[in-house]
Amino acid sequence: MQWESVIGLEIHAQLSTRSKIFSASATAYGAPPNTQANLVDLAYPGVLPVLNAEAVRMAVKFGLAINARVARRSVFARKNYFYPDLPKGYQISQYELPIVAGGAIDILLEDGSLRRIGVTRAHLEEDAGKSMHEGLAGLTAVDLNRAGTPLIEIVSEPHMRSAKEAVAYLKKVHTLVRYLGICDGNMQEGSLRCDANVSVRPQGIGRLGTRTETKNLNSFRYVERAINFEIARQIELLESGGRVVQETRLYDSERGETRSMRSKEEANDYRYFPDPDLLPLEIDQPYVDAVAATLPELPDQKAQRLMDEYGLSGYDAGVLTASAELADYFEVVARGLSASDVKEHAKVAANAVMGELAGLLNRDGVEIGGSRVRPASLTALLRRVLDDTISGKIAKDVLEAMWDEGREADAIIDARGLTQITDEAAIERAIDAALAANPKQLADYRAGKDKLFGFFIGQVMKATGGKANPARLNVLLKRKLAQG
Amino acid sequence: MSRGVSDLHLADVAQLSAQLQSGQLSSVELTQALLARIEQHQRELNAFITISADSALQEAARADERRRHGTAGALTGIPIAHKDIFCTAGEKTTCGSRMLADFVSPYDATVVQRLRAAGAVMLGKTNMDEFAMGSSNESSHFGPVRNPWNPARVPGGSSGGSAAAVAARLVPAATATDTGGSIRQPAALCGVTGIKPTYGRVSRYGMVAFASSLDQGGLITRSAHDAALLLAQMAGFDERDSTSVELPVPDYAASLEQPLKGLKVGVLREFFDGLDEAIEPLIRAALALLHAQGAVIREVSLPHLPLSVPVYYVVAPAECSSNLARFDGVRYGYRCEAPRDLTDLYQRSRAHGFGAEVKRRIMIGTYVLSAGYYDAYYLKAQQVRALISRDFEQAFHEVDVLVGPTTPTTAFELGAKTHDPVTMYLNDIYTIGANLAGLPAISVPCGFVGGLPAGLQIIGPHFCEARLLNVAHRYQRETDWHQRAPRGFL
Repeated sequence: MQWESVIGLEIHAQLSTRSKIFSASATAYGAPPNTQANLVDLAYPGVLPVLNAEAVRMAVKFGLAINARVARRSVFARKNYFYPDLPKGYQISQYELPIVAGGAIDILLEDGSLRRIGVTRAHLEEDAGKSMHEGLAGLTAVDLNRAGTPLIEIVSEPHMRSAKEAVAYLKKVHTLVRYLGICDGNMQEGSLRCDANVSVRPQGIGRLGTRTETKNLNSFRYVERAINFEIARQIELLESGGRVVQETRLYDSERGETRSMRSKEEANDYRYFPDPDLLPLEIDQPYVDAVAATLPELPDQKAQRLMDEYGLSGYDAGVLTASAELADYFEVVARGLSASDVKEHAKVAANAVMGELAGLLNRDGVEIGGSRVRPASLTALLRRVLDDTISGKIAKDVLEAMWDEGREADAIIDARGLTQITDEAAIERAIDAALAANPKQLADYRAGKDKLFGFFIGQVMKATGGKANPARLNVLLKRKLAQG
Repeated sequence: MSRGVSDLHLADVAQLSAQLQSGQLSSVELTQALLARIEQHQRELNAFITISADSALQEAARADERRRHGTAGALTGIPIAHKDIFCTAGEKTTCGSRMLADFVSPYDATVVQRLRAAGAVMLGKTNMDEFAMGSSNESSHFGPVRNPWNPARVPGGSSGGSAAAVAARLVPAATATDTGGSIRQPAALCGVTGIKPTYGRVSRYGMVAFASSLDQGGLITRSAHDAALLLAQMAGFDERDSTSVELPVPDYAASLEQPLKGLKVGVLREFFDGLDEAIEPLIRAALALLHAQGAVIREVSLPHLPLSVPVYYVVAPAECSSNLARFDGVRYGYRCEAPRDLTDLYQRSRAHGFGAEVKRRIMIGTYVLSAGYYDAYYLKAQQVRALISRDFEQAFHEVDVLVGPTTPTTAFELGAKTHDPVTMYLNDIYTIGANLAGLPAISVPCGFVGGLPAGLQIIGPHFCEARLLNVAHRYQRETDWHQRAPRGFL
C-alpha cells in the first residue's frame, strides 16, 4: 500500500525581550541557576503578573509578517498542572482567543514549486523553568531562570507531507523570526524548538490517521530524523495489523528513535480558564498600523527583489535570503562589482557568497555576521577574477588565505606571485614544453584519445603553478594540438 | 476632648489623629496602651495571630520623630492591624493556615506599604478563616476568634480577627479583605463598620489570592469617617496589579457631610427573603431615618440575585483551586516529612498543610473546571454572573444606592454550622452579589437583636465609595449604634 504522511508543527519561539513576559526579571541565557527569578517568577504568595508590552509588540509583528489576523481582543488563560519547574502550578498561556490567528507561510519544495503552509494560530505564553536530573544521583534540581521567558507558540495546519517539508517550514519560520528581530533562533539554547504531530494514511484517503506528538525537537536534523522515524514506525505498525495510539512521544537523539511518554488517557486535564489576574488584551488598529510600519523587508519580498533586481534564480534568491545579513552581504558585493548594471556580475557574487564563502563559514561554524572577510574585501578579490588577474581556482585559495590571515586579496596575490599568466607567448612556451616532454601521450591524443586534452592542461598548469589563464590556455592548446 | 491613657482605646482614628497632632499624645504612648490591651484580651478573643510589639514600638517612635520634624500626616502614629492575608516584610503572614504557619514574606503588600508610608503603626496580624475561606473564623489553623459581644458566638468571617479586634477596641482600625462578604459580614456580626471598595480600587498586590476576580482589600473601622481617612491612603492604581484601576482617589472625608436630600435609595426586595424577622424592623427603621433626611426610598428588584450563592460557589472555588496550586511544598511553606518522591511530596504537603474547608473548595474548583464539566458549571456560572451584574447596572439607572441587611441573622454559636457547609455558605447570601458585580459596599451597625449587633448594607455603583461613605456617615451622625462597645471592652 502507498502511504501518505501528514505533519503539523508546533513551534515555540522565545521572544527576545529584555525582561520576562509577566515580571521584570532578565531573560539572558546562561546566568547561574535561579539568579534571574524574582518573587513573581517564584510564585510567592500575593504576587501578580504584569504583561510585558514588548512581547505583545513582537507577537503582533509576527502575525503581520504571516498575513494573519491580529485579534482585537485576546485572552490569557491558565493551563493548570503540577510540576516543580512550574512554580505557580499553572502556565499563563492563551487558549480560546489567541493574539494571532489564520496566517500562512510559503515554503520552496525541492522541485522548485511553492507550498503554502497554513498557520492556525500563534499565541503568547510563558516558558517553564528547567528541571535537571543528570549527575544528581536520583535527585532533581530546578532552575527557574527560564520560567516566565516570553514565548510565541506557532501552530501550523497539518499541511506538510514529508520530514523534508517540515524542516523547510521550520527553517522558514526560523528565518522569519530572525528577520523580525523577535527571536534569536538559537536552537541549541532552546530559543526555538518544536513539537511534531505526525500521522499516516493510505494514499488517496481524505480522513486523517491517528497522530502522535513528538516533543521538544531542538535541531533541524532531529526534526527530520524524528519525523522519518515516526512515519516508518507508524507504517510498520499499521502494515503488521496494529494501530497507532494517540500519545505524546519523546525523541532520543542518541538512539535516533522516538518513544512513548504518555498516552491520551494519561494526559493531564489542564483545566484551562481565563486568568483573572490579567485583563483581556485589547489591541486597536492604530497600534497594529504602527507595528506594521516597523516591519522590515521580509524574506519572500527580499527574494523576489533579488530575482528582479539582480536576475538571480529562485533557488539562489532563496538561499541568499535565509538571513537578512547574508542577503545584505551579497548585495554589497554584487553592487561593488558593477556600479552601472547590478545584474552584470550578480551571478559571480552569488556563487562566491553561496559557494566559497559559505564553505568557510561552515568550516568555522560561524554565521555571516562572523565572517572574517568583509564584503568589500570579497568584492576586491572577485574583481581580480573578473579582470583576469587570477583564475577562479586560485581565487578560492586566496579567499581562504584572506580568511585565515586577515589580509586583503591583492596583498596575497602579490606576495605569493599568483598573478595569472596571460602573456600568450609564455603560455605557448609552456605548452610546447609539455608536449615535448610527453611524446607518448601526444601520439595517443592524435590517435583519437581526446580525453588526454585534460592531461596536457594539467601539465601546463602544473608547470605554471596554476597561474596560466585557463581560457587562453584552452584556446592555445587546442590550436597547438590541431597544428600537428 | 481629652482622655486619659486608660481610655485611649475608646477614641477613634479621627480623634486619635487630632490628639497626636496637638501633641497631647505620642504614638509610643498610644501604641504601648493598645499593645497592653491586645495582650490582655488575646486569650479570650484570639483576634490576633501575630502581635508585633517590637516593630510596632519602633514604628511608633519613628512616627513621633516624623511628628517632631513636621512631616507627619493624618495617619502618622495611628495604630492599626492587618489581616494576616496581607504580606508584611519581617512579620509572619500565615493566611490562617498551617501551610504558611512559619512563612515570612520578603515584601510588603501594596496596602501595607501605603499605610506604612502614611505613618500608620502595625500592631499585629489578625486572625482569619484559612485562606479567607469561611464565614465564621472557625477554619483558622490558629483557632476560632470569639465575638466580643458574646464569646460563645462567632465573629463572622473571614476577617473575623479584624472585626473582633476593632469591636473590642483593641485597635481603632484594621485592614480586611472581602471575596464574598468577608469584610461586611464580620463587621455586621461584631457591630463595626466595614467597607469593601470597588473591585480594582485597592491593589491586590501582596494580598494572598483566594479568588482573584472577587477579592478586594478594604477596612474595618469604628465609623465611616475613619474608613474615609484610611481608604484615601490605601486606594489607587498600582502598576503591579493589572486589575487595579487608574482613576484618581477622591478626598473621601471631604464629601462626608453632603446632605442626603434627593438621594434615591433602592430597597432590594430579594434582600428580605430569608431575613431574620427581628432584623427586618431594624432595616426598616434605618430606611425611615434616611427618608427623614430627605432620601427617596423605592423598592427595586434584581431578579437574578438569588442565583448569586450558587454562582459564587462555582467561580470562587474554581479560581481558588488554581491560586492555591503554588502551595506545593517545593519553595516555601509547609513541607511534609521525608517525601518519598515528587507525588508524595505534593500529596502529603497539601493534605496536611491545608484544612478541610480549603480542601473542599479546591476539590469543588478542580471539578468545575474539568474537561466535560467546564461548560456546565464554570462557563454557566460566568454567564449568570454577567446577568447579575446587568441587574445591578439597571438598578443603578434608577437609584443612587441600594440598601438592605448585611446578613440574614446575627452572630451564631461556635460550631453551629461547621458540619453543614451549605448553611454556612448561605450566610453570605446578601453580600456575594456586590463581589460578583465588583461593586463597592459598606456595612454599618444598625441595632441589636438579643444583645447581638445587626448590620445595614449600602451598595453603590462602581467607584462611588465617596457616596457610600457619605450616606453611612450621615446615618452614623443620627445614630449611636456604632459607638456602642461590647460589655467588658469599654
